[in-house]
Amino acid sequence: MAGINTMIDEGRTQDDVAPLTAVEMPRQESIDENYETVGSPLLHNPLVKTRNVNVFYAEKQAIFNVNLDIAKNEVIAMIGPSGCGKSTFLRCLNRMNDTIDTCRVQGDIVLEGQDIYDRSVDAVELRARVGIVFQKPNPFPKSVYENVAYGPRIHGLVNRKSDLDDIVEDSLKRAGLWEEVKDELEGSGTGLSGGQQQRLCIARTIAVSPDIILMDEPCSALDPIATAKIEELIAELRENYTIAIVTHNMQQAARVSSRTAYFHLGKLIEVGETEIVFTRPVHPLTEAYITGRFG
Amino acid sequence: MNASTLVLVLIAITVASYYGGVMRSQALARPLGGIKHLSALPSYYGFMAVTWAVIPALILLLVWTIYEASVISNMVIALLPSETASLSEGELGLLYSRIANVASGIMQWDTLGEAYRPAVERMIELQTFTARYKPILVISLAVVGALIALKMVSAQWNVRYPVERIFNILLFLCSGIAVLITVGIVFSVVFESLRFFGEISFFDFVFGTQWSPQIAIRADQVGASGAFGVIPLLVGTMLISIIAMFVAVPVGLMSAIYLSEYASVQVRNIVKPLLEILAGIPTIVYGFFAAITVAPAIRAAGEGVGLEVASESALAAGLVMGVMIIPFVSSLSDDVINAVPNSLRDGSYGLGATQSETIRKVIIPAALPGIVGGVLLAVSRAIGETMIVVMAAGSMANLTVNPLEAVTTVTVQIVTLLVGDQEFDNAKTLAAFALGLMLFVITLGLNFIALYVVKKYREQYD
Repeated sequence: MAGINTMIDEGRTQDDVAPLTAVEMPRQESIDENYETVGSPLLHNPLVKTRNVNVFYAEKQAIFNVNLDIAKNEVIAMIGPSGCGKSTFLRCLNRMNDTIDTCRVQGDIVLEGQDIYDRSVDAVELRARVGIVFQKPNPFPKSVYENVAYGPRIHGLVNRKSDLDDIVEDSLKRAGLWEEVKDELEGSGTGLSGGQQQRLCIARTIAVSPDIILMDEPCSALDPIATAKIEELIAELRENYTIAIVTHNMQQAARVSSRTAYFHLGKLIEVGETEIVFTRPVHPLTEAYITGRFG
Repeated sequence: MNASTLVLVLIAITVASYYGGVMRSQALARPLGGIKHLSALPSYYGFMAVTWAVIPALILLLVWTIYEASVISNMVIALLPSETASLSEGELGLLYSRIANVASGIMQWDTLGEAYRPAVERMIELQTFTARYKPILVISLAVVGALIALKMVSAQWNVRYPVERIFNILLFLCSGIAVLITVGIVFSVVFESLRFFGEISFFDFVFGTQWSPQIAIRADQVGASGAFGVIPLLVGTMLISIIAMFVAVPVGLMSAIYLSEYASVQVRNIVKPLLEILAGIPTIVYGFFAAITVAPAIRAAGEGVGLEVASESALAAGLVMGVMIIPFVSSLSDDVINAVPNSLRDGSYGLGATQSETIRKVIIPAALPGIVGGVLLAVSRAIGETMIVVMAAGSMANLTVNPLEAVTTVTVQIVTLLVGDQEFDNAKTLAAFALGLMLFVITLGLNFIALYVVKKYREQYD
C-alpha cells in the first residue's frame, strides 16, 4: 500500500514541474455511447451484477451503460471527478434513488440472482440487506442506543430487551465506538463528534446485519484522525461484509480497497485491481485522473 | 393653508431635496472622473439632504402642534375679567369653550358679555397667527435645511456613516413604538383592573364559582348584588378550547404530514392554498356557520340518540373553532416538517424503514418542538376567539364540563359587559378589564411556554 502512495505522490510532483502545455488533456469525445470499459469489470460468480445500467434525472442522463460486478467480501472503491455519477451509481445498488422523483433507472442490477428493480422486490427489505452510510454523518436526534436500536426494531429482529442490548453492544463494538460511548448510551447521538457520529451511523447500518455496505464519501466531512479510524474500521469490516465505497480521496481508495472503478462523465472507464489501476492504468483518462491532472 | 396641503408641500420638498442631493453629487463627481471619486454613492447624498430638510421641519411642526392649544388657552385666559378667577376648573373649561366657539363663529356674540371681548379678539388674533405662520415657518425651515445640505455636498463629505446611523435610529424608533404601545395597553388594562380589585376582592374574582355581573343601580335595590367569580368562564373557555384542539391538532397535523411527505407537487400546490383559505374566513362567518348549521345538527343528532342537547352548545362552538384553527396547525407543522433535513429521511430509508415508519419515528420526533410551538400558538388563538362563541355557545355562565350544554367564555363576557351605555365607574364594567388582564396573562404564559419549548429543543438536529 505504501508503494502505491509513493507512486501517486511522485506522479503529482512530476506534474507540478511539467510545463502546462505538455499536459495533453483527454478529449471528451473520445468516449462515445458504445464505449468499452477497460480492465476487468466482470467477475465469475459475483454477489452483485449490474448490466447496461443507465440512469436519468428527468431528461438528463447521469449514467451511461455501466456494467460492473461486485464480488462477495471485497472492498470496491469508486473514484472519479465530481459529477461523474459514482454516487448516483452507488445509490442505485440499494434503490436509494427511489426517493428522488425525477430519477429513472434502466438496466439490470442483480443481487444474488434477483433483479432488485423487479416489481416483486420490496425496496424496504432490499435496504436492510444493502445498507448505506452517507457523506455527512446523519444520526437521528435520539440517544446513541436508540440510533443503533432503530433498525433492529423496525425489522422486528428481536423480541426481548436483552437481545436488543446485545445487538446494540455488538454493533457499536464492530464500529469501534463501544469504548467511547458505553457509559453514555442515553446521551444524544447528535452530541458526538463528527467522526463518532459517522461511526455511529456505521454501527446503525451494521445493526440490521446487511450483506453489503455502501459508503458514499464517508470521510469527506471528517478530519484526518477520524478518517484514519473509519479506514481501519473498513479494513476490519471487510472480513464480514461486502463494501462499496465512493471516495474523492485517491489515497483512501488505494489504502482501503481491493478493486477500483474509475468513472468519468457517467461512464465506467476502467475497473481493475486497485494496485494495477493506481500503478499501471490502461486508459489515458484514468491515468490523467490518478496522476492529478484533473478532477 | 390646511394640514393636507402642508403635508403635500413637505413631500414635494422631500423628493426635490433627494434628487437635488443626487444630482449635485453627480455634478461634483463628473469633473473628478465618476462617482467612485465621491466618499459615498449619490443616493446617500440624496438621503442626507432629505434628512436635513425634513427632520427639523417635522420637529417644529410636531412641537408647534402639541403646544399650540395650551399656549393659546393660557394667553386667552390671562385676558379674562378678574371675577372669573374664582371659577372652578369645570366652569372655567365651559367658559373657555364658549369663548372658542364665539371666536370660530359657531356661536353669536351676544351669548357672551362685553367683558369677554378682549379675550375673544385675542383668541381670533392668535389663531390667525398660527394658521398663517405655522406652514410658512415649517416650509421655510425645510427649504433652508435642504439648501444647507446641498451646499455641504462635497466629494470629501462622507455621508455613509451618518446615513447608516439615521436608518439605525429610524428602525429603532419603529420597533420602540411597538413596544411602547404594548406597554401602554398593559398599563391601561392593569390600572382599570386595579380599580376593579378595589371593589371586588381578588380572591373572590379568581376562585369564585358564581358569575352574575350585576350591580345595584339604586342603593335600595333588592336582589341585585353581583357575583364576580371567574371559574365558570375559565372552565367554559377551556372546554371549548379543548374541543377545538381535539379537532384541529389531529386534522391539522395529519394534513401537514400528507402535504409535506406524500402529496405530489401538483396536489400540494392546490391543497395548501385551499387549506389556508380557512384562515382567511372572517370569524363571524364561522360564527353563523356554527349557530345555524352545526348547532342544530348536533342537537338533532343528540336527540336522535336520546341525549338532551342545548340549542347553543360548547360542542358546536368548539368544533367550528377547531376547523378555524386547522390552517394554523397544518401550516406551522408543514413548515417544521419541511425543515427536517433530508439526510435524516435518507438515513431512515437507508436502514430499510418504510415511509410511515420514517415519519412516525424520525420526522415527527425531530419536528416535535416546532409542532408543539404551533399547537400552543393555536391554543392562544382559540382562547382569545370571541365571535364563534358568542353566536354558537351562548352567554350563560354555566359551571359545567358537559359539552352539550351552553357555556360562556372570558371573551364573550367581556363583550357582554361592555356592550351598551355604560360608565367606567362600577364593578360591572371594570370587571371587563380584569377579565382582559387575566386573558392576557394566560395567553402570554402559553406563548412563553411555546417559545421555551421551541427554543429548548430547536438545535437537536443541527
